[in-house]
Amino acid sequence: MAEDVRTGLGGASTEVARREDLRELLPGIEPERQVTDWGRSERVEGLIDRTVVDFLYHLWFRCEVEGIENVPDDGGALIVSNHSGALPPDAAMIVKAVKEEHTRPRPVHLTVEHFFKGYPGFSMLLPKIGGVAAHPANVQRLLYDERQLVLVFPEGRKGTEKLYKDRYRLRRFGRGGFVEAAMRGRAPIVPVAVVGAEEAMPAFAQIKPLQRLTGLIYFPITPTWPHLGLFGMVGYLPAKFKIRFLPPVRTDDMGEEPWEDKALVQTVAHDVRATIQQELYDMVGKRRSVWFG
Amino acid sequence: MSSKRVLITGLSTYWGGRLAQGLEQDPDIETVIGVDRRPPKVELERTEWVEVADSHSLIRRIVQAAEIDTVVDTRLVVDSVVTSQRRAHENNVIGTMNLLAACSGPYSCVKKVVFKSSAHYYGCEQDDPAYFTEDMLRPHAPRTALERDIVEAEASVSDFAEKHPDITVTVLRFANGLGPQLNTSHMRYLALPVVPTILGFDPRYQFVDSDDMAAVLEHAVRNDLDGVYNAGADGVLALTEVTDLLGKQWAPLLPPWGTGLAAAGLSRAGLRIPPEMLQQLRFGRAIDNRKLKATGYRYHFTTRETVMRLREHQRIATILNRTRGRNGDGYRYEREVEEFLRRSPSVVRRDRPAEPVKNVVPGGRRAAAPKRARARRPAAAPPEYDELEAEEVIALMRSFDTPDLEALRRYEEGRAGRESVLRAIDSLLSRARSPA
Repeated sequence: MAEDVRTGLGGASTEVARREDLRELLPGIEPERQVTDWGRSERVEGLIDRTVVDFLYHLWFRCEVEGIENVPDDGGALIVSNHSGALPPDAAMIVKAVKEEHTRPRPVHLTVEHFFKGYPGFSMLLPKIGGVAAHPANVQRLLYDERQLVLVFPEGRKGTEKLYKDRYRLRRFGRGGFVEAAMRGRAPIVPVAVVGAEEAMPAFAQIKPLQRLTGLIYFPITPTWPHLGLFGMVGYLPAKFKIRFLPPVRTDDMGEEPWEDKALVQTVAHDVRATIQQELYDMVGKRRSVWFG
Repeated sequence: MSSKRVLITGLSTYWGGRLAQGLEQDPDIETVIGVDRRPPKVELERTEWVEVADSHSLIRRIVQAAEIDTVVDTRLVVDSVVTSQRRAHENNVIGTMNLLAACSGPYSCVKKVVFKSSAHYYGCEQDDPAYFTEDMLRPHAPRTALERDIVEAEASVSDFAEKHPDITVTVLRFANGLGPQLNTSHMRYLALPVVPTILGFDPRYQFVDSDDMAAVLEHAVRNDLDGVYNAGADGVLALTEVTDLLGKQWAPLLPPWGTGLAAAGLSRAGLRIPPEMLQQLRFGRAIDNRKLKATGYRYHFTTRETVMRLREHQRIATILNRTRGRNGDGYRYEREVEEFLRRSPSVVRRDRPAEPVKNVVPGGRRAAAPKRARARRPAAAPPEYDELEAEEVIALMRSFDTPDLEALRRYEEGRAGRESVLRAIDSLLSRARSPA
């Protein structure tokens, strides 16, 4: 439609100036509220954090964290990680790691597929514990305007539906959308390699007909699912977790509008993927035992 | 360019009436003319009502004869419960076309067109962004008739803007409005004792206070805003947060699958949830309001404060035994009286009449101008009128009319009997009764 032509903002430089002005106009924080504008609920998140996540982090997975100082103290940053496990525990563990180990703990927003917004139950729960739909505009607002930490899994569901035999082999990193989002948000990319999640909930097969029947994004067979029912959905094996935060990749020194340069975007995406893959091989190679590290 | 001669379409709507009331207080505005099929529902001092349907030849004659420089269109139907689908289409699509045609004649002096639209333009879908900005297009084609009409109406407005680069065209996309005088499906929905939700969904909601809506329209008349602007209050609440603030229970009565059928069942039981609202109950919607704020507008109320104001009014409404509002219980348009007041040399005119002058009018018309931005204060959560602080009650009662005040006085006497409250009621009553 013609509107966007009329609301278009002329030259590139004016847009940047304007975006900075707009940052000052974000709604103020109302201290009486326990829910953020994104739907994140202090109460629900705190409850789950104190019970389930705390137990998993310290006792069950015995998480070991390296390089936490690579997460910046302030400003936006895009944390990019490999993704695995049928109901992936890696997201919660990375969020917890920033909360537990960092000198200036900050909430991390994790991007989730649009599918979850339309599925009853998930739609209610995920925003409350920090989930945000993986829309480029959302990531850009969080990174640029609100200067928050955002966690993305560029592999998406291709990572979590892969079978046990393919473990620690990264899938395609989307179409490089995460790099574009970081560039537009003028935020660094912090690559993360997670070892352990693949063994915590290995998927041995994907059952297509059952997936269609339930309307879920996939229907795997894991050691506990589906024969143990709903409890089996969170039936994690006690694998040892190792989380390594890698040195950040700056995106604000790549020129005026680097996101327009598709070749550059693809190169950066490829480099980030290669870095994580390399690190994964290194960590898995040095590992003596799946259960004790 | 400053607006001097203003034409308001949709004068009988809440927004048209409020805007006219605001503009006629300003001596710099020479003329305010309202066109509508129905008479205005609020008391107006110098705004003239012309009974015209959406006929472009008649409106064109008015625009030319009165040398109108600013046209504000508040006619758009943004809620499909208020009228039938066919009439909404006539009004939204055909009416907008006619109005724009009337503004664009060779002899037209129109320099500015303000078009009141709705965030329904963006729709409400699973893969929406968390905040819509003005330059975003909806990801899918409109699903409901109402949304289709709004998109079509906006298309003709933007077409008009392209053909007339010398005319300032402002499109204001409002979030769902809340206010005691609005009659929308959300107002009815939130007035229920138990708020039905869709099982497994807790959508994000952004509202805008009815006072802010009127103020935004006025802002657009006083300033030159070219382009599209979102207008929604600061802050986005989860629906459960809204019900908590209102002191109500929510219940997941609507099933996640077959929601439309269940809603059809509810509509037989008397609660109509239109399809565009069902989408909002599922996915929620919020708009980025910063572009409008960058033009200097500041909202009087956040979304949370808007909901809390609604709660106060809901509480009072239970004692007054009828839902106040429906806008105009205390005022009826009488053509002869209005003609007399505007034209007769016998009426004593004073400069910029202050409050008491309104009582000159026979029939005891009430001071209709609703109060402005009340002082902000932190939330307490008492569910009953009895627990409202005396100051809160006094602050609220200024917008009441005489029968309401009498009812309130009887109630207060029978219960708490707080002296400060009684005294405040008496002083308001005596002011209303005494002839000027």
